[in-house]
Amino acid sequence: MSDNDIADRMPRYEEPPAGHVSGSRLERVLRRGRFAVTAELNPPDSADPADVFEAARPLSEVCDAINATDASGANCHMSSIGICALLTRAGYGTIYQISCRDRNRIAIQGDVLGAAAMGVCNVLCLTGDGVGVGDQPGARPVFDFDSLSLLRTIRTMRDDGVFLSGRKITRPPRMFLGAAENPCVPPYEWRPERLAKKVDAGAEFIQTNYIYDVPVFERFMARVRDLGLADRVFILAGVGPLASARAARWMRSNVPGIHIPDSVIERVEKAPKPAEEGKRLCIELIQQIREIKGVAGVHVMAYRREHQVSEIIMESGVLQARGDGRSQASEGKAEIG
Amino acid sequence: MYRARLFAVRHAGAFEWIYARLESVMIALDPVFARIGYDRVERPVALVERTAKGLLFDCRMCGQCVLSSTGMSCPMNCPKQLRNGPCGGVRPGGYCEVKPWMQCVWVLAWDGATRMQGGQKIRDVQPPVDRSLEGSSSWLRVSREKAARLRESGDARRTAVARAFPDARAHEPAVAPLAPEPPSAVNPEGRR
Repeated sequence: MSDNDIADRMPRYEEPPAGHVSGSRLERVLRRGRFAVTAELNPPDSADPADVFEAARPLSEVCDAINATDASGANCHMSSIGICALLTRAGYGTIYQISCRDRNRIAIQGDVLGAAAMGVCNVLCLTGDGVGVGDQPGARPVFDFDSLSLLRTIRTMRDDGVFLSGRKITRPPRMFLGAAENPCVPPYEWRPERLAKKVDAGAEFIQTNYIYDVPVFERFMARVRDLGLADRVFILAGVGPLASARAARWMRSNVPGIHIPDSVIERVEKAPKPAEEGKRLCIELIQQIREIKGVAGVHVMAYRREHQVSEIIMESGVLQARGDGRSQASEGKAEIG
Repeated sequence: MYRARLFAVRHAGAFEWIYARLESVMIALDPVFARIGYDRVERPVALVERTAKGLLFDCRMCGQCVLSSTGMSCPMNCPKQLRNGPCGGVRPGGYCEVKPWMQCVWVLAWDGATRMQGGQKIRDVQPPVDRSLEGSSSWLRVSREKAARLRESGDARRTAVARAFPDARAHEPAVAPLAPEPPSAVNPEGRR
C-alpha cells in the first residue's frame, strides 16, 4: 500500500463552515441556539480501545460531545488525546481536555496540532488539580501555562497561524475553545470577572464545575448577564447524580472545588433509595438550571454512574424541548464533530 | 513572610504609590545604568530587589514582576503559579486548595486590587512566565524598557516632522533634525 492510499482513506482536513471556528457538532448546536448536552467519560485504566468505546456508548446516545478527562484529580488514566483520537475517528463528538498540570508549552502546542490532525474539534483548557490529591503525589507539578495563557495560545495558533514562538503553522488547528468555571467556590464576587477574563483570553464555551447550589449559581449568572458575557460565551452548567450521602460527603471533603449544600446531602440521606433520589435530584437541577437566562446547555459528570446519563437527560426533557429529539446515534454518528 | 504578604495586600494602595516613585527614580537613573553597563548593575540591583521583595511579598524572583497587576499579591506564591486568577479549587473561606493553611493568593489579589488606583489591571490576560528570566531583576528590566520607550517616542515625533517636511529637511536639515540632539532638547516630559 502506498502512502497516498493511506492519505486518501483518512478524512480530509476541511475548513469550518462560515461563522464557525471549528464546525464541530457542539459548536453548531450552540450557535443554532439549541440547548446543548455534553457528558464526561470515565477514562479506562486499560490499553484496549474496546474499553473506550464501551465507556462512550451510554453517553453517546444523548450528548453532543463527550469530554475525555485529562488525568482528572491528578489520577493516572488513559490520555485524553488517545481517547479523543479513537472516538473522533469512530464519529463521536469529543472534547479534548488539557490540564496545565502535567505538560509544558512545547508538549501542549504539539499535542494541539496532533489532536486537530486526528479530527478533534473541541478543546477544554483547564488548570488542573494539584498533584497532591492524586494517586502519585510525588509527581512534579508543571503548570507552565495557566488555563488563560493556554486559551490565548491555542487561539493564537488557530487565528494567527503561529506558535507562541512566532513560527508559522501551515494548516492551523480548527478548535472550538472551552474553559471551566467554578461559580460555587470563593471568591464568589470575582468569579464572573474571572469568566470575563477567560472570554478575553479566547474562551467560546464554558463548562462549569458541579452546581448543587442553584441560588449561588443564579447570582453568578445574574452578574454574568450584567457584564454582557451571556452573549459572548456559551455556558454549560455542570451537573451530576449523587450516589449516596456518604459519597457526597467524601467528594465534598476530598475532591477540590466541590460545593454541596448540607440540605442537598440530607435530602439524599433521608430518601429510602438514595441512588434513585440522587438521580431525581440531578434531573430537577437540570430543569431548574435550564430556566436560568444565559445557560446554553448542561454538562453531565456522572462518575461511575455513566449508565444513568441517558435516563437523566431523557427524563429531564431537554432534548425533547429541542424539537429534534435527536442524539448522536439517531442523527448518524458517522458525522465527524 | 506570610504576614508581611497579608500586610502588603492590605496596604496595596500605599505600595502602588511607592512603586510609582521607585519606577521614576529608576527611569531617571537610566543614563547612569547605561554608562556603568546594565549587565554590571544587574547583580547588585537584583540582590536589593530579592531582599526587599522577598521580605514584603515572598518574592520568588521570577524576573517579570506583575505585582502592580495583582493587587500586590505575588502570584508565584500560588502553588500552581497561576498568573491569571484563582483556580476552581479554592476552599471555603478563601483558602488554598494545595496549602490549606494559606489564604488563596488570588483571593488576596482581587482584594488588593480594589485598594489600588490601577486595580483594573488585574483584568489583563498575562502571558506565561518566561522561565529564562528567573533570578534577574525585573525592576531594571521595566525601567530600562520604559526609558527606551520614552526615547523612542521622542524620536518618533522628530522623524514624523522630518518626513512631513521633506523639502525643508533636504535644504535645511536643522529645521527637522534627525541627528542626535543635546540631552536638554530630548523628551521634555522626561526631564521634569
